Amino acid sequence: MKHLLSTEDLSYANAIRILDTAEEMAAVGEREVKKLPALRGRTVVNLFFEDSTRTRISFEAAAKRLSADVINFAAKGSSVSKGESLKDTAQTLAAMGADAVVIRHWASGAPHRLAATDWIDAAVINAGDGTHEHPTQALLDAFTMRRHWSTLAGSPSAGADLKGMRVAIAGDVLHSRVARSNVWLLRTLGAEVTLVAPPTLLPIGVEEWPCTVSYDLDETLARGVDAMMMLRVQGERMNASFFPTTREYSRRWGFDDNRLRALDSLGLKDTIIMHPGPMNRGLEISSAAADSPRSTVLAQVRNGVSIRMAALYLLLSGDTREPATSTAAYSKESH
Amino acid sequence: MASQQQDTGSTGAYLIRGASILGGPAEDLLIRDGVIAARGQDLDTGDATVIEAAGLVALPGMVDIHTHLREPGREDAETVETGTRAAALGGYTAVHAMANSTPVADTAGVVEQVLTLGRTAGWVDVRPVGAVTVGLAGEQLAELGAMADSRARVRVFSDDGICVSDPVLMRRALEYVKAFDGVVAQHAQEPRLTAGAQMNEGVVSAVLGLTGWPAVAEESIIARDVLLAQHVGSRLHVCHVSTAGSVEIVRWAKSRGINVTAEVTPHHLWLTDELVRSYDPVYKVNPPLRTDEDVQALRAALADGTIDVVGTDHAPHPSEHKECEWAQAAMGMTGLETALSVVQHTMIETGLMTWADFARVTSTTPAAIGRLEDQGRPLETGEPANVILVDPAARWTVDPSKMATMGRNSPFAGRELPGKVVATFFKGHPTVLNGELNTPYRWLPDSAEVPNTAVRP
Repeated sequence: MKHLLSTEDLSYANAIRILDTAEEMAAVGEREVKKLPALRGRTVVNLFFEDSTRTRISFEAAAKRLSADVINFAAKGSSVSKGESLKDTAQTLAAMGADAVVIRHWASGAPHRLAATDWIDAAVINAGDGTHEHPTQALLDAFTMRRHWSTLAGSPSAGADLKGMRVAIAGDVLHSRVARSNVWLLRTLGAEVTLVAPPTLLPIGVEEWPCTVSYDLDETLARGVDAMMMLRVQGERMNASFFPTTREYSRRWGFDDNRLRALDSLGLKDTIIMHPGPMNRGLEISSAAADSPRSTVLAQVRNGVSIRMAALYLLLSGDTREPATSTAAYSKESH
Repeated sequence: MASQQQDTGSTGAYLIRGASILGGPAEDLLIRDGVIAARGQDLDTGDATVIEAAGLVALPGMVDIHTHLREPGREDAETVETGTRAAALGGYTAVHAMANSTPVADTAGVVEQVLTLGRTAGWVDVRPVGAVTVGLAGEQLAELGAMADSRARVRVFSDDGICVSDPVLMRRALEYVKAFDGVVAQHAQEPRLTAGAQMNEGVVSAVLGLTGWPAVAEESIIARDVLLAQHVGSRLHVCHVSTAGSVEIVRWAKSRGINVTAEVTPHHLWLTDELVRSYDPVYKVNPPLRTDEDVQALRAALADGTIDVVGTDHAPHPSEHKECEWAQAAMGMTGLETALSVVQHTMIETGLMTWADFARVTSTTPAAIGRLEDQGRPLETGEPANVILVDPAARWTVDPSKMATMGRNSPFAGRELPGKVVATFFKGHPTVLNGELNTPYRWLPDSAEVPNTAVRP
């Protein structure tokens, strides 16, 4: 593994290795001194062409806990906003000796360009590109789900996958890199995914994806869901006729108080409610749902640091070999 | 050798010995004074320079209905000189220069400037395309009549790059050009359905998270335009048809007797949107690369005549416009120096077409659409000597850095292609010999030679 660009091409063995490494990193986060010397002397650049304070500080915390030097390079207020090309920016970072570039970009595929060209030789981590992928978000979501799923099974997380877990993802799939990365990773880990959205917010071609598609959130819940992930929906989408009004969206596809109660009446006592943040309370998720004991929103944020530590550690520690495919053999089949 | 005859007004004499004429039996062609002076077996050499052509195919010089030469305005991308060198090397003797220059070719002055630049270069006949609307803005008709009456004698009008989406404006343009036997070449792209579009909308775009350019955005405009052409009884040309659905609509229109012609690019005959998975902007083009189903439909349509011509849509860009993020990159591919090879690979070596068919779709029909009377002619005695010699057995690997075009944006880079242009005769003068540029043709002063004259005095 030289780069982490997408979950579509992330092997089962590498996915499990990242999740297992993140478990070890999580233990560090619980110590009084939350720091490892692993990446001392290495330089990690956070190259952000799009505002995202939460993702940037998560990567920053992860790199710092591994003792790496961190440079934050925000496109706004830098030479990038004055028209410098991605190529020149990349070559500049290469000249400064960046070992890893964490890139967030509004253009789908920008991290692939960095990795595929000879502009820079550093490890590239995709921190979200356009409407394409956000692999570390999917990994932290899977990490959160795995802990929950293993706890239910009464077995340790390490080495486990998500076989048999029923995951519903509801919202603006069309514009969501989180949904795409989750669909591929959850498939790899053996979960059963249902996408729930208005037809206007599903991409043409979604029928080829390894998941079920539904237009009806209530029906999906009634069939049974172990993890319910709500995606952020931009209210402005209604101006482009993706849906008539935010109220209608919320009634049909939002996780509101009625649906929160429905989980209880359906006997789904262990179903968790997830959201990648930032939330639009009252639009795709009600406050009661976001703040309920079922909500894993803050656990996801916490786990994000562990996942990003694991990714940085595995890409920069020099151990870039593919793990033996037999890693799959010790995945838990107990649930 | 050729240059010494320039001053005399003669382009010299050449005896092409034993070339397969349009892929048929081997014969000799004698080229003298700008015409094919004789065709037959064992012609007398006389004072002519002999070109041994055993194993080569003789074809009429190719005519590109769709070229972007970028000059005036974007001389960092291409000039008329470099673009027409590429054209000659690619086997072309005429190219239609699209109107989206800076300034836009929407007045008699600009089209005459482009005509003059082409004459000065001398590599091929450069035929300016006039813009349909002022500044390609889609609001007001450009002075189509003035461009038609100018020295450039414009017959093809197009806002290519932008669709004439206003149905009333399109109707008026189709009606108006009837006054001077013009044709409107439409870039069929419904603008609202393609806002921000980056690639073909389908299975691949769904995965890549790139905004889709749906087939329906092309097909709906073609459907509307063929009905408009029928209603007003005018001539419509559809640029770069890219979808299987468009083929069906054109086929239907032709079955109804509607006067429509259609064009396909070499890249749409081969490449698919699977290539976009690399996010390499060399594959970014408009209309976008489609699916293999579309590719197969386009090949079948070109073979059966539903699609009339191959047009390159040669679109050179400076490298900085391709060395960037996909969404930032310019759309377009070079094509003049690879068109023959790609058509040979996709149409001839697949058994779908013969070399005679090749001549029809790359020369005879595009010349007829553009009303170029001295191009696309049969290789017969007395006809203008716009002739190319092709070695169909040659194999070469595409290296954009070695091309004559300034554009390095060839999607075929690194691929091995069949077929090589050995010689190009433009008005009887060899612009290409032994596969390399020779010398340009020298036009007589403006007054002595107007376009479309078959033979120089």
